[in-house]
Parts: sequence; C-alpha cells; structure tokens
Amino acid sequence: MTSESIDIINAFALLTNFVILPALSYGSQLALGALAVTLVYSILRFSNFAQGDSMAFGTMLVILISGYMISRGWTITGVPTALLAIPMALIGMSIYLLTMDRLVYRHYRRIKAKQNIIGITASIGIMFVTGGIVRFVLGASAQRFGDGERFIFSVREFKAFTGLEQGIALKTSQFLTITIALLLVSFLFYFLQKTKTGKAMRAYSDNEELALLSGIDPDKVVQITWLLVALFTTIAGTLYGLDKGFAPQQYHLLLLPIFASVIVGGIGSPIGAIAGAFLVAFSEILLTYAYKKFLIYLLPLSMHPTSLVQLIGTEYKYAISFVILVIVLLIRPTGLFKGKVIVGE
Amino acid sequence: MAYLEGKNLVASYGVVPILHECSVEVEKGELAVIVGPNGAGKSTVMRVLLGMLEATSGSVKFDGKDISMLSTQERINHGLAFVPQSKNVFPSMTVEENLQMGGFIRKDDISKTIDEVYELFPILHEKRKQLAEQLSGGQRQQVAFGRAMMTRPSVMLLDEPTAGVSPIVMDEIFSNILDVRNAGMAVLMVEQNAQQALNIADKGYVLVSGRNEHTGTGKELINNPEVRKKFLGG
Repeated sequence: MTSESIDIINAFALLTNFVILPALSYGSQLALGALAVTLVYSILRFSNFAQGDSMAFGTMLVILISGYMISRGWTITGVPTALLAIPMALIGMSIYLLTMDRLVYRHYRRIKAKQNIIGITASIGIMFVTGGIVRFVLGASAQRFGDGERFIFSVREFKAFTGLEQGIALKTSQFLTITIALLLVSFLFYFLQKTKTGKAMRAYSDNEELALLSGIDPDKVVQITWLLVALFTTIAGTLYGLDKGFAPQQYHLLLLPIFASVIVGGIGSPIGAIAGAFLVAFSEILLTYAYKKFLIYLLPLSMHPTSLVQLIGTEYKYAISFVILVIVLLIRPTGLFKGKVIVGE
Repeated sequence: MAYLEGKNLVASYGVVPILHECSVEVEKGELAVIVGPNGAGKSTVMRVLLGMLEATSGSVKFDGKDISMLSTQERINHGLAFVPQSKNVFPSMTVEENLQMGGFIRKDDISKTIDEVYELFPILHEKRKQLAEQLSGGQRQQVAFGRAMMTRPSVMLLDEPTAGVSPIVMDEIFSNILDVRNAGMAVLMVEQNAQQALNIADKGYVLVSGRNEHTGTGKELINNPEVRKKFLGG
C-alpha cells in the first residue's frame, strides 16, 4: 500500500482508533454522570452542581480502597483492582451522599423550598466541600490508578492480525467503560419501568402530591435516589479515571459537559441524557481531532494537507459544550427529547 | 354519628383564617355536595378532612374514631380516598401504572381491583397501555377515580371533578360518581356547577366565608329561594 492511493480502510481504522472508540467511552462516562444529574433533578428537583466533585469523591474512595487491596495482594491478574474496589467504595459513597442529604438538602425539603435555585445554591456549597475533601486527602495533582492489563488488544496485535498499516487499540478502560455503561443503563431502565420501587420514583417525579396521596413515602424515594446516584457517580468517576487518569480539577470541570448533555437531551429525560452525552462527546472529539493523517489516506497526493486540519484546539474543548448548549437553548429549549424547561417557580 | 364527619372545623393558611366552625358529614351510600362561592373554603374542608392541612380546632371522625391526629397517609390507609381537582393523574405513566400506583400501599394482590376499575370504566381497559397525558379530559378523570379506588376506600373525596370539562363529559362524570355511590361508598364532593351537583346530591352544604350557610337535602337547597337567588343564579 502506497501513501499515494486512496485508502478508505486505513482511514476508517485511524478514525476508529482516535475518534470513535475514545468518543464512545467518553460519551458513556458522561452519560452515567448525566443520568445521576437527571435522577436528582427529577426527584429532588434541583440541578446538582456537586456532580463532578462527587465523581471525584467516589473515585477517591476507589483509589484508597484499591491501594489498600494492592498492598495486601488482594488482586486478580489482568483485572484493574479499581474495579474490585467499587463495591466497597459504593458503600462509602452512599453514606456520604445520604449524610449530605440529611445535613443539607433535607432541610430545604422540610421547609418546602421548591425552587431549583435553592437546591443549586446548596449543591454549590456541597461541591466546594466535596472537592476540598478530595484535595485534602489525595492532593490536587494528577495521578493514575489503573493496574492490570492495559489493552484488550494493542495496536501492534491489531496490525499483525489484520495486516493494516493503521492499527486500532482497544484499551481495557474503554472496553470496561462501554460494557459497564451498557449494563448500568439497562439496569436503570429496567428498574424504573418494571419494578414497584422504580415506578414509585417515576410517580413521585411526575406528581409529588398525588404520590403522597397514594401512600408513596417521599423519604424512601429520596434515599433510593441517592443510592442510585452513588452507584452511577462512583462508577462514572472510576471509569473516567481509569481512562484518563485522576485529577480533582478535571473532575470538577466535567460538570460542564455533563450539564450540557442533560440540557441538550432534555432535562429530566433519561434517554435524552444518554443521547446528549454522546452528542457532546462526539462533538468535542470530532471538532478537536487533527484530520491531517485521515485526509492523507483519503485524498490524492496533490491535495494532501500541510496543516494539522484541526478545527478547534483541544484547549477549547469545554467551549464546545457551551456552544452546543446555546444552540439547543435557542432553537429547541426543551432539548432533543422534550424535557422540562427550567422556569423559576 | 355519621360515617365521616368534620365537626366545628377551624383552619387558616398562615394568618389568613379560612374556616370558621364549619361542619360537614357524609354517610355510606350517600353523596354529599359542598357548594359555595369562590374562596368560601370548600377545598379547604377537604384538605382538613384528609389531614393535608391541620385544623386549629374541631375534630374529624371516621367510622366512630377520632382521626384528627392521623397523617394523610394513615387516613388513606384507613379508607379515605381523594381525587384532587387538577394534577390528579401521573401524566407520564400508563393508565395501568397509574392504577398500580393507586394501590401502592396494598400488600395483597391488586389485580382484582384493577379489573374492577376496568369494569366500571371499560375505556380505561382499552387504553391501559397509553400514557395518561394522552387521554381526553373525561378519560383522565376516570383514571383519577380509578387510581383513588385502588385502595378500596369506603369514603371518596372529590375536589371539583367537573372543573374545565364539557357539559357532555360533565354528565358522564356525574353518572360515574353515582355509580361509585351506589356501590356503597360515602362520596363527598366539592362542586362549582352547583345546580347540577345539587340535583344528584343526597345532601348539600352551602358554604360562605368558611361557615355553613345552608344545609339540607339536594332538593331542599335547590327549592330554597334564598339559595336559588344567591348561588344558583335565580
């Protein structure tokens, strides 16, 4: 294969390796975070600004527990120890969120402060506290905590197997992210659609007073919501960290693409949150990817680009979420899947 | 003593007094209607009976027991059911899920009660997989009744069941209410359409500024010249 001919297969392999797989796993991580935000919004009726830092908190627990497990030799060859630490971390995360609810959010429910803005303000406080705890315990610098096999298959193995010039690697973290996200999302939809408790949550989200009149216990609904949020938050944070490393500031900033996902998809709509997450992830990566090599594979020699052909520098990737947000709010304020429009009550 | 009775109820929203020694009662198999001008406290009576608003004085008795201190949920458990005026269904849930939620507190098999509701409102069976928000106003009202009936209550409280529906649907709703009464339930309803409601009522209360102004059978009230002049438009 010469570089002068048009080479669609290698171009596609390149795109898969550098755009599609990363965007799928990043989208899955955002989707899990966005679902947590959606759950809080639907049941507790506020936009949870502490989501990014909560993900950092959950990941911190995973890092601490997996570190201990590694030091004791409690590992399974090939499997990231972080994965084995998740169940324990989940317990810690649940306790943390329930405690925060008890200390802060419950008060505003009791005095029937229904406005989103009050919840937002309270959650911003919790965001700073949570972020502070994480930095206090682990420090503010970035670290990696993935161990075990790094690749399901590497670029070299892929090249040897297919004979292609351009390789595709499937990272363990990517594979885990996509699989676990699929499982979790299926679980959530099954839970909400088929189980009595899940239906009670939807009923409460639909019409609080009527749910009360039907004998649905609001305290229980709120508790189960926090447990689900703990599940999604811890796993989303851990998967993101396994994929891209752990840095408290990075997690804090994740709030932006997560909120963009939720609003783009339609606030309060779980399917919308997932669709929005992939839209944001793909936009971010497609717009910041340098297409030079890709175009070299596809174009005749005379048309080969000399520049990087990168539409937007990666340092502006958070701006992309906002641009999508602005466009959606201008032309379709309810989001893709007809969610609620936020109005001050 | 009546099956459900609120006696000398006094209540207020904050500092604004709403009810002044207001009393209502309803027997099993009886339809009692509360009518009166806007702001007379009609809906407030219901909220107090249900424990959604605490009375400053007065008592609520049900089946001979004082239930004034019970929470709304406990009263529902005892056999009271309530259909609010608006927002009385779960819009993004199917008809069947609405009924299931109505029977949420029941530990036994609720499928028989669901079938009974479908028997009473056959259209709901046809639309059981549809979302409540996709139904017409009258059908939605049937879902609301059905949901309230899932606890197999002995008293049904209805807050303006015909608010905002067409006259044809109103007749349909009134006939549904009579069915519910004839099934042996005590029905207490607040109504704006005073004339029509008193026509089918066994007992009526005219409330003005939180006080019982007139009380009597539906017929008596309709034939009372003062009530006619003031509340039924002559």
